[in-house]
Amino acid sequence: MGKFLVIKEFSCGYPGHFVLNEINFEIEKGHFVGIIGPNGSGKTTLFRGISGELPTLSGTITLNDQLTQKMSLREKARNIAVVTQQIEAGNMTVEEYVLMGRMPYQRQFQFFETGEDIAISEKYMKLTGIDNLRDKNMNSLSGGEQQLAGIARALTQEPELLLLDEPTSHLDITHQVQILNLIQRLSEELSLTVLMIIHDLNLAGEYCDTLLMMQKGSLRKTGTPHEVLNYLDIEAVYDTVVITRTNPVSGKPVVFLVSEKTMKKE
Amino acid sequence: MQKKYLQWLIFIIVLLVLLLVTILVSLSAGEVKITASKLAEILAAKDSIEYTVLIKIRFPRIVLAIAVGGALSLSGAILQGIYRNPLVEPYTLGISGGAALGVAIVMVAGIQLQNYFILPFFGFAGALVTLFLVYSLSMRRAGISMNSMLLIGVMVSFVASSAMMFLMSLTTADNIQNIVFWVMGSLDEPNQVLIKIAFWSAVAGLITSIFFARPLNALRLGEVKARHLGIDTGTTIKLLFVLSSVLTGIAVSVAGVIGFVGLVIPHLIRLIIGNDYRVLLPGSFLGGAIFLVLSDTLARTVIAPNELPIGVITGFAGGLVFIVVLSRSGSKYKMK
Repeated sequence: MGKFLVIKEFSCGYPGHFVLNEINFEIEKGHFVGIIGPNGSGKTTLFRGISGELPTLSGTITLNDQLTQKMSLREKARNIAVVTQQIEAGNMTVEEYVLMGRMPYQRQFQFFETGEDIAISEKYMKLTGIDNLRDKNMNSLSGGEQQLAGIARALTQEPELLLLDEPTSHLDITHQVQILNLIQRLSEELSLTVLMIIHDLNLAGEYCDTLLMMQKGSLRKTGTPHEVLNYLDIEAVYDTVVITRTNPVSGKPVVFLVSEKTMKKE
Repeated sequence: MQKKYLQWLIFIIVLLVLLLVTILVSLSAGEVKITASKLAEILAAKDSIEYTVLIKIRFPRIVLAIAVGGALSLSGAILQGIYRNPLVEPYTLGISGGAALGVAIVMVAGIQLQNYFILPFFGFAGALVTLFLVYSLSMRRAGISMNSMLLIGVMVSFVASSAMMFLMSLTTADNIQNIVFWVMGSLDEPNQVLIKIAFWSAVAGLITSIFFARPLNALRLGEVKARHLGIDTGTTIKLLFVLSSVLTGIAVSVAGVIGFVGLVIPHLIRLIIGNDYRVLLPGSFLGGAIFLVLSDTLARTVIAPNELPIGVITGFAGGLVFIVVLSRSGSKYKMK
């Protein structure tokens, strides 16, 4: 029995356009993994490859000893849930939206939700703290609330693997921290494996167990936040001058930027 | 949650009652006035002029109005679900035009009455070809704006009607009159078999569509997110295209081009009961049936003894709703 998520010599995309170079990594069950790297480094392409949105060109993805590429769409939806940057659920109530997470479990032509469906969606609305918003229209929610609803819907799919595409972008720090605390707690309590694309290196370092650093369609480095967030790698990947220190309270790495003007003075 | 299902049930029952009332009104209105209270008497006696008028003239028209109104409205609701756009329907996407062209080809070729299924079949084929054409044109670029999509639909309609005029210029005066009369839209269909075909196909279409209510609900999130929920969107959309082409093709082949039913009715139903396709689809069918029975009753009584083309009435109502929706929402409006 191998690790929980094993990605081997994996490449995806459309030849002629952007294509990932062969990617290799392994993740333990229940780990909270951050994917970092500049724009255009292939983070979203990797995500779309794992979720099956982009066709696989080579390699394998094994989740819990099962090849995800061989799963049917419904099976995949029971194993992998995706929360995109923009929720865009439109004109429906929060409850209706969260209940959609039960779709991969419902029989092909089932017309009504079962009591079980309702109980499960209820449980995750409570867990994400949005049960008081259930009758609100998704359009009327704030960005943070929409993300929470997106996470509740994804959890209602009861997946093995949760993919989050920049869940904290466009949010203020209160909501960023609220959402990351929630994901961290979920990953621990439900021993849910989480892959998250995140731009903020300091948040990535503080919250994630493992970091994957992407560069130009390849995986540059994998490891603990301390292993990945060193100034040599960051400067090479982001083409920026930085200094790294350790957070005195959490012991996690912190990245400081240095402006051009300051550099000239030095 | 269970409260929601109860609301839906009440809503559907109310629509059924309204349909029944509309049918009674339509049966009694016309040159030969028959009050509702006398209806039962006449139907029981079976040997008056009124009885003949009811059974031979008014009742078949009502059945046809239910079939055509239901089919067009249902087709509109399905297309709106696929395109995530409240302004698409068979008429605005040019599908009715395509179906009409298909039927006109048969009429000009002069083979229409040898087999009852030929007209509906060619209507369906015309609708399906047009629908795939519009879809591939509008979906080639991701995130195409609603306005361009509607423009494509209008242009396809123009092409179809030009092709029809071309056909008409090649054919005999008799054929021209037939085609013109039919294209303007009318529920005056003398052929009982065609009426039966239309009615039962529409009902079959409604039942089939219910099986797609859930996938249509998932599509409210967009194709990519629906796939994340395990819905095979490619196959679903293709099957739904065939279904809405069948519905449109049949409606057009028996009643000509009647515009905007698929726009007005689903829009109203959405406003009243919400966007869940499980109630929206049957609601749209019943609403469309009510709307067309009423419109037809108006069409044949307003300027009696003459008759208005029914498209005039649906066109007034539909055009107004279209403009209101478009101006309220602007080009950024998206229905999901």
